[in-house]
Amino acid sequence: MSFPWAKQYQPTSEFGKYMDSRLPLPRFIYGALGAGYPTPKNLNYFYNFGVLAGVALVIQIITGVILGMHYAAETGVAFDSVEHIMRDVNGGWMFRYMHAVGASFFFAVVYVHIFRGLYYGSYKPPREVLWMLGLVIFLLMMATAFMGYVLVWGQMSFWGAAVITGLFSAIPVVGESIQTWLLGGFSPDNATLNRFFSLHYLLPFVIFGVIILHVWSLHIPGSNNPTGVDVKTEQDTIPFHPYYTAKDFFGLGVYLLLFSAFVFFMPNSLGEPDNYVPANPLSTPAHIVPEWYFWPFYAILRAFTVDFLFIPAKLWGVIAMFASILLLFFLPWLDTSPVRSNKYRPLNRALFWVFVVVCLVLGVAGGKPAEEPWVILSQVLTAYYFAHFLIITPLVARFEKTKPLPSSISQAVLAKYGMGPSDTPGSNLGGPATQPAE
Amino acid sequence: MPKTGSLVQTGALLIGLLFVITVLWGAVQPREPVAYDPVKAHFEHPEKMVWSHNGVGNLGITGTFDRGQLQRGFKVFREVCSACHSINRVAFRDLAQLGFTDPQIKAIAAEYSVPSIDENGEATTRPATISDKFPLVYPNEVAARAAQNGALPPDLSLITKARHDGSNYVRSLLLGYRDEVPSDFTKADTLWYNPWFSSLAIAMPPPLAADEQVEYTDGTAPTVKNYATDVSAFLTWTAEPKLDNRKETGMAAMIFLLVMTILGYLSYRKVWADIKKPKRA
Repeated sequence: MSFPWAKQYQPTSEFGKYMDSRLPLPRFIYGALGAGYPTPKNLNYFYNFGVLAGVALVIQIITGVILGMHYAAETGVAFDSVEHIMRDVNGGWMFRYMHAVGASFFFAVVYVHIFRGLYYGSYKPPREVLWMLGLVIFLLMMATAFMGYVLVWGQMSFWGAAVITGLFSAIPVVGESIQTWLLGGFSPDNATLNRFFSLHYLLPFVIFGVIILHVWSLHIPGSNNPTGVDVKTEQDTIPFHPYYTAKDFFGLGVYLLLFSAFVFFMPNSLGEPDNYVPANPLSTPAHIVPEWYFWPFYAILRAFTVDFLFIPAKLWGVIAMFASILLLFFLPWLDTSPVRSNKYRPLNRALFWVFVVVCLVLGVAGGKPAEEPWVILSQVLTAYYFAHFLIITPLVARFEKTKPLPSSISQAVLAKYGMGPSDTPGSNLGGPATQPAE
Repeated sequence: MPKTGSLVQTGALLIGLLFVITVLWGAVQPREPVAYDPVKAHFEHPEKMVWSHNGVGNLGITGTFDRGQLQRGFKVFREVCSACHSINRVAFRDLAQLGFTDPQIKAIAAEYSVPSIDENGEATTRPATISDKFPLVYPNEVAARAAQNGALPPDLSLITKARHDGSNYVRSLLLGYRDEVPSDFTKADTLWYNPWFSSLAIAMPPPLAADEQVEYTDGTAPTVKNYATDVSAFLTWTAEPKLDNRKETGMAAMIFLLVMTILGYLSYRKVWADIKKPKRA
């Protein structure tokens, strides 16, 4: 699919030949994840996170299917059935903790994956569609995680469902009707729980489908790489297998070690104690907070505190929260710099790290109760969040001075080992490499 | 597509300015000074205890339950707490984990009665068996509130997981009753002042009143402090009965994964040897 020097699958066994002319599944795998996929040879460990995200999804699906065998989506018994899993189902505690911690880890991995893409300019042409499919996956993940959290039917499940569906009630005229329609009633109840269970079971498979499109789209131009320079010759690439399969396997081991540390030794450290209290519609928790992976968006939601231009503050918050993700779809046209990697964009690189810190602090602020100094901090950082993408990024792309690019990936790699025609990748031997302008 | 690009950028600039101005307009509004909140001012965080189930460094990574402590805690629970509180998610058979033998568990279960129906189909009760769960103290919330002056004693099965720093919280709460109420805090006369409780005023009277209230047979000093500590450990077990099993499985998993990861690293190095040390072409 990608480069002319990609190795072709050669069936060796009789059965292999038989299948190859009927259902060439091995050929497909060989080209997608095997020796038939030429990959830039300079990918660092940040490029492990795509595979890790895939593994995290598979862990969620397997543990989820098992939990689904013992869970009952009925408001009277849902919480009890979760405790039944924890206490009476063989190994149930392990699957339940893997699933709960797994959701957090899935998001952590995907956040690294997204920021990796931001740093190395992986959203730029010709990978815009790849980037957008990734955002679709991210949105689906958010919906899935939210609905899954409700299934526990603890206090935070119930009130989280009330708050999040309540966001839609901010829409003028039809808002209340939309919320009622989403909940299947006037407050979260059995209808809500049942449809959330149904959708929570469905969406991971939709995510799986979009991942197939994501990977397909990846294989057309091939992987980006830390230099951001296009693959030019066979010297720039190595076959995915065995090189990146070996590297990904090692990365997976490290990931599973960290994952196990949480699952087995601090399984509740990422969750809210309130969700071990069964849902009670008559008692509102003191602080309703979502899980940590939604905190930055929760901070943006709450940052808008005054009505402005005839739009109520609540609606501003809702619009801003959705906009904060949707604007990422336009990023390929906001950042018009022809240089992909921030390695060669000193100003943009500094701004990238400022943005990372802004997101982290927004996250902290979103997890706190709505009190000072967190409110004012959320407001200033929310302003920066939007300014970063919508104002600063386009301007920087227009006015910054970039460093010279290495002429090829190979040259950059050789330079790193002090063996290239020059010792520094930026020393501009042979002139800056041309990159597609669009 | 230079045209599309500049169109998107102009739109982005306008939308960006709109969001920035709106949110900052909120930020520059005068803020009401935060009123003094006596509940916040007097609230206490749980006192940190060293627990057997928290293991090395009290970190919670290693460590197993202290069976003797759990049995003492169970005794305190049965003689004191269970007058009002249930542990309805725990089955009598689970007591085997505390080190009780089958006949002992059967005897304990037989002391409780659970709802049943007789041969005519009429509602009745029967002695509990080991497969039953600890019965509720009150048949429903209304009955509980009627008997408890409007308060609802929560089921304690999950209490240590349902509160921040649960084991320490329960212990601190049990020992946290204070006679002197701060002058800036008012509470109803029927409530008790306890700075470890979220609202500082708790409906539960001090349950552990005096040393030697519960008899200890294993030589442990029968003090209020020990009662509070032991029953908190017991309630940690009711909330997380698989804790020992979990950590044991975790150790095995970590060792397996560590070996797998080291082997993975070595094979990665071997596979990449020719790429990492490129020869001059």
